[in-house]
Amino acid sequence: MLDLVWLIPALPLAGFLIILVLGRRLGEPRAGYVATLMTAAAFAVTVGVFAELLSKSSAERSHIKTIFTWLPVGNLKVDLAFLADPLSITMALFVTGIGSLIHLYSIGYMHGDPKFSKFFLYLNLFVFSMLMLVLGENMLVTFLGWEGVGTCSYLLISFWHTRDSAAGAGKKAFVTNRVGDWGFMVAMFFTFQALGTLSYGPLNEAARTGGIAQSSATMIALMLFVGAVGKSAQLPLYLWLPDAMEGPTPVSALIHAATMVTAGVYLMVRTSPVLAVAAWHWAPWIVAGIGAATALYAALVAVAQNDIKKVLAYSTVSQLGYMFLAVGSGAYVAAIFHMVTHAFFKALLFLGSGSVIHGMNSEQDMRRMGALRKLMPITGFTFIIGWLTIAGVPPFAGFWSKDEILLFAWNKSPILWVVGLVTALLTAYYMTRQVIMVFYGKARWHDHAEEHGASGDLHPHESPATMLLPLVVLAGLSIVGGVIQLPFSTTTKRLQAWLEPVIDKAEQPLKSGAEDIKWVLAGIAAAIAIAGIAAAYLVYAQKKVKAVEPRVLANAWYYDKGVSTFMGGPGRKSFDAIAWFDANIIDGAVNGTGKLVQGVAGLVRKGQSGLVRTYAALIGLGVVAILAWFFVRGVIQ
Amino acid sequence: MIASILAETDVTSGRFPLLTALVLVPALGAIVVATMSKRRPEWVKLTAILFSVFVGAVSLWMLASFKTSSADFQFVSKHEWIRAWGISWHLGVDGISLFLVVLTAVLFPLAIVGVDPHHDEKPYLAWLLLLEAGVMGSFLSLDLFLFFVFFEIVLVPMYFLIGGWGYDKRVYAATKFFLYTMIGSAFMLVGIAATVVLARGSVGHITFDLVELATKSTFAASTGRWLFFAFAIAFAVKVPMFPLHTWLPDAHTEAPTAGSVVLAGVMLKLGTYGFLRFGLYLFPQAARNSRAIFLTLAVIGILYGAIAATMQKDLKRLVAYSSIAHLGFIVLGTFAMTLQSISGGVLQMINHGVSTGALFLLVGMIYERRHTREISALKGLQSVAPVFAAAFTIVMLSSIGVPGLNGFVGEFLVLIGSFLTARWWTVVAATGVILAALYLLWAYQRVFHGEPDDDNKSFAELRWKEGMVLLPFIAAIVFCGVYPKPMLDRIQPSVKALISHISDKTGYVEPQPTSQSEGAQP
Repeated sequence: MLDLVWLIPALPLAGFLIILVLGRRLGEPRAGYVATLMTAAAFAVTVGVFAELLSKSSAERSHIKTIFTWLPVGNLKVDLAFLADPLSITMALFVTGIGSLIHLYSIGYMHGDPKFSKFFLYLNLFVFSMLMLVLGENMLVTFLGWEGVGTCSYLLISFWHTRDSAAGAGKKAFVTNRVGDWGFMVAMFFTFQALGTLSYGPLNEAARTGGIAQSSATMIALMLFVGAVGKSAQLPLYLWLPDAMEGPTPVSALIHAATMVTAGVYLMVRTSPVLAVAAWHWAPWIVAGIGAATALYAALVAVAQNDIKKVLAYSTVSQLGYMFLAVGSGAYVAAIFHMVTHAFFKALLFLGSGSVIHGMNSEQDMRRMGALRKLMPITGFTFIIGWLTIAGVPPFAGFWSKDEILLFAWNKSPILWVVGLVTALLTAYYMTRQVIMVFYGKARWHDHAEEHGASGDLHPHESPATMLLPLVVLAGLSIVGGVIQLPFSTTTKRLQAWLEPVIDKAEQPLKSGAEDIKWVLAGIAAAIAIAGIAAAYLVYAQKKVKAVEPRVLANAWYYDKGVSTFMGGPGRKSFDAIAWFDANIIDGAVNGTGKLVQGVAGLVRKGQSGLVRTYAALIGLGVVAILAWFFVRGVIQ
Repeated sequence: MIASILAETDVTSGRFPLLTALVLVPALGAIVVATMSKRRPEWVKLTAILFSVFVGAVSLWMLASFKTSSADFQFVSKHEWIRAWGISWHLGVDGISLFLVVLTAVLFPLAIVGVDPHHDEKPYLAWLLLLEAGVMGSFLSLDLFLFFVFFEIVLVPMYFLIGGWGYDKRVYAATKFFLYTMIGSAFMLVGIAATVVLARGSVGHITFDLVELATKSTFAASTGRWLFFAFAIAFAVKVPMFPLHTWLPDAHTEAPTAGSVVLAGVMLKLGTYGFLRFGLYLFPQAARNSRAIFLTLAVIGILYGAIAATMQKDLKRLVAYSSIAHLGFIVLGTFAMTLQSISGGVLQMINHGVSTGALFLLVGMIYERRHTREISALKGLQSVAPVFAAAFTIVMLSSIGVPGLNGFVGEFLVLIGSFLTARWWTVVAATGVILAALYLLWAYQRVFHGEPDDDNKSFAELRWKEGMVLLPFIAAIVFCGVYPKPMLDRIQPSVKALISHISDKTGYVEPQPTSQSEGAQP
């Protein structure tokens, strides 16, 4: 079974090829079925591989399957190979599992779209790329997937390409991600120079046994983090993610919440021993610091957004910040734990918002919603579960994973813990705000019915079964997802035991001070969640307190505007200046020289025809004549 | 000489002067086409196609019988020509030139079939075939004199192709192209003469033979430097390297589509190939001593070309500037002098030829439909021609360097290899991948995205014939990206031999990974 690990990415690739060849003939809904089946089949294979890994002893849970040699040049030998180990299979499980659900959902969501089959074409290509990313045995195969998901993300964000905003958002996502990709590439260069290989096995082994210099390890870890900052939308490169909401909502759920954006976290966990060696005190601090800063920064922005998807987008940026806070604190298990629970509840919330948008005739402004709970009961109910999970209310999954991150943040530094706690408060607050604005209170869509193109009145309606089934499954997972890692005893810390071989020697142990008060910290976290919900209830439901939504937050600190003003202004001017320099200075010098020669020549010999065409022909003839002469001579000799 | 070439053919034993045929068949084709009657243009075209397809078939045969693990020159054809001066008809192919020859032989029939010159087809086809002969000869010559002759022959048909079948500013562009490269080669001519004369002492007699000169000659450091620079100027113009590049955007933009395809596909590689074959091989010490200059200019070219490309208003000019950036990577790899960087550079020569050749074909198809290449005049083409847009997207992604497609493989090998000897140059050069995404995606957005306006509403979808011409390019793009091993296996031995030649001559030690030498200087 382990040798079949290659099937996991091969199945979605096959789906891609089938739809590529037959796409138009398959049409709706068959293209969607093919794509969904292929992803579900990949999930089934992953479960098989998972079961087999589980049956082995912890030390043997690692298997490499080589397909062929990809880049062999001298010392550099990169295989197209897959690595099945606890980490990669955990990732593959939720990528294919949630991927299948979102494929199924999309069959309903994309109903009637003229590019229906193309959507599933891209979606399967994405799943394939994502699986290459997580299953790659070396950095280059991961990079293949890394760029592949970026390309699919570009194609899917600008899926409705006649909309200028969608086209621009796609380009922005790709180019911004490329900044990060540069970091990833440089990290590979350092790795190759230090070790002569790009495989994770030797790299992590060298880091564990001191076979790599600290300076190299630091550069590798930090450059990988640059890559992660781009892909996982952290400060200062997060800009593309809120814009990426231009894509169809299933894309936002799959790519821009559950899977692709967590690739950066995955990469840091995959190479965790390297970051542990790079323990010049500042290296992990940079990771934790940027993570914490992003978490707080984005949570504050989410408080003032009115677009239902923008709230969730900033929330995703913020939650990813939590994961990097965990990575920087040496809590790799907590990072993966939160990644998994986040995939459950954030996919749920995005799909729920898609269901709302679908039922509201493409309305995304929460100010024009309200009281939808009655009209969309299943969407409403599952969304509320998602809300309680992300807010960190026990015993939902989000509480456990967030609590573990906060515990390790405390372990590293109380300052990080405070930042994380404030973010948790804000998270509960803005999610409660969203739930109240969308599902409770007064129905406000009547006021704007004519803008929806609905004659007379808009009738929000519940979505079809293909869309609701994934919501129900994800809601179930959000409730019970915490069981994979409960802090009661070592036996309930299942994820930790499972990931042990991957994060060996990298995971930071808890200091006794933190271990002793972990229940106190958990209590504070739960109280904070309730406080956040209560505060939002007072403001948005009871309206007893006036809402604080400063313009600076609604505009996301003006950072995006600042950057685009700079790019459109001085940035563009400097590019223009270089183009001008080329056309006038460099080329001017060339033409000037030409003119000068022409002028001098004209003075000297006025009798010349001046037709360069003739000169060229003469030179050509001359060459031929000389050749002919030599030829003749050769023959005579 | 002719008699001895003919003697090489032996029907009974199946011996056939492959390389001589690769050079002479297109030349013969040019003569035949030129002497045919103008009244039956379809026969003329068919003749040209047959000649070029035959050359393509011969090159594939050569590829099939090429000995993979050998670093030597293969299929060598050597016949004395002018004994007194030690000049001979000396052709040979090794891993460095192998795929350039195949690319040339495959690109020409595609360009001939795929592009319609609209007028005066007969001379157009004759010039194209002569051009093919010249390019072939340049890649195959192992004699300095012979190389120079072919290197110069190339200019003439290209001049007439641009001047005769180009666009509005064709005469200006053709003249600039001709004079610029001519001046460059003048330096090389002097260089060749000086090399031969000055090498007489160490070699023992006058010879133009490349292999003999490279293995036996020794030059004083300062002499070697001057000789190397004489060659380097000709090649730097041809590549073209910053700041000698301004002929390229004009020539590319004004050239007819087939001219641009050939120019980008194979002609620019005469420069990068020249650096390897005649620069590093003949003057290893001088090349090592001046590497900082060339690395710096290469990195400037990568960033500068990309930035200039971003701001172009003409789609074809944009692709032309992108070539400057892409070729910068090849020069970087060449002068970084590691096995990975040079092999990657050789691969990049092929990959750039394939993807930029395809890009020029696509831009040509846009021009055929809309009679403009102005980016601002085009809009929303993806809505009206989705298949055309998909083809453009694949080629564009290859040019951006997305892994899994061919562009990435060469670029990555160049960078990872160069990092070993030129760390900071490489780190800066790698930012070129960001800019590549910027200029191409921005152009794509303006041309293909959005709602098509009235001018672009009737933009025709990709036709069958166009699709058939593009298909080999796309197949090559995917194949080389997924499975470059067969190519690398053939390129590598010769590159290894070149590096050990440099080591033997200069005591250069190629740094290996894990040695932990921080930024070793060769």
